[in-house]
Amino acid sequence: MKTLKITTMIVLVCIMSAFTLIKTDSGYQIGDIATDFSLKNVNTKKVSLADFKTAKGFIVIFTCNHCPYAKAYEDRIIALDKKYQKLGYPVIAINPNNPAIQPDDSFDLMQKRAKEKGYTFPYLFDEGQKIYPQFGATKTPHVYILEKTKAGNVVKYIGAIDDNYSDEKAVKTKYVENAVDALLKWEEVPVKTTKAIGCSIKA
Amino acid sequence: MKRSVILLLLTGFLSFAQDNNKELKPIKTYEREGVKIASFDFNSFEPILHKNDDTTYVINFWATWCLPCVKELPYFEQLNKKYENQNVKVILVSMDMPKKVENSLIPFVKKKKLQSEVIHLDDPDANAWIEKVDKNWSGSIPATIIYNSKTRKFYESSFTFEELEKELITIINN
Repeated sequence: MKTLKITTMIVLVCIMSAFTLIKTDSGYQIGDIATDFSLKNVNTKKVSLADFKTAKGFIVIFTCNHCPYAKAYEDRIIALDKKYQKLGYPVIAINPNNPAIQPDDSFDLMQKRAKEKGYTFPYLFDEGQKIYPQFGATKTPHVYILEKTKAGNVVKYIGAIDDNYSDEKAVKTKYVENAVDALLKWEEVPVKTTKAIGCSIKA
Repeated sequence: MKRSVILLLLTGFLSFAQDNNKELKPIKTYEREGVKIASFDFNSFEPILHKNDDTTYVINFWATWCLPCVKELPYFEQLNKKYENQNVKVILVSMDMPKKVENSLIPFVKKKKLQSEVIHLDDPDANAWIEKVDKNWSGSIPATIIYNSKTRKFYESSFTFEELEKELITIINN
């Protein structure tokens, strides 16, 4: 009986470790170089990272109109751009959703939302949903901080904006701010990846 | 070496057994229009992911605002009904925001006449617990775990009824 129990446990542990070996991650990892893109902004002009000649890097945020988590972070995204654009890290927001599946995320409604909220940053439409898979974004909001180097835009942080979507006042760790602050001081990013609940991207 | 492996395995076994005896204590219970929903933080919720009994658990993470989640809910309901006499239990874990429980979640549960158990998970520091649900979970919903005392599988994707049933049968017969 005891042997049976032990055998069962060994099998269980084997099964569990087998699952942990399966890595389904795709897209950019920390240290990868992000390829540039050319996407339509809400003002209908195309935007590329290369356009930002004086930027030291970028806070790329996959976000959208409809998702309650994205909505909960709208004001915090605006605040990030206000704080970091002048320090060389502008926010670049990209809506990765296909409006045929999620009508609230159409280009027209993106323009409307950007105007209502007074976005100070580009809010780009990933037409054909081609750019978000390169990054490996799975949900909104999903942040990638890039540092501009001679070799290209290096991915330095992937994940959430902070540790409390529902209550800004209860935030204990501001992951994105900490990462950009570190980059501005040429220091190592303290927390390089985080996870958060978000709305799956509708492609 | 052999002894330490056995010890390690036994410790694992004991912690499983212990988890199973833990009584579930929600941090809050919402009640409105005759519908009761227990709300958990991650610590109080976690034992639900590690029950060690004869039942196969199908745990679906969803929210009323999540279109693909709402679309697949009927399949979970159908599965719950079809397999209720075969030691299968569907638990629908709503990730709706706390302020939405009373005016969105409860009316939704009532309108759709959901028969599966619906609970609410409210723990905003998701980075601290997402990987405890599954190492490979990026945090997007819908997401589903199917597990029993022998095996466990995690899915960060949507299902049709046929796909869901096929996965359940594979796990039951494992």
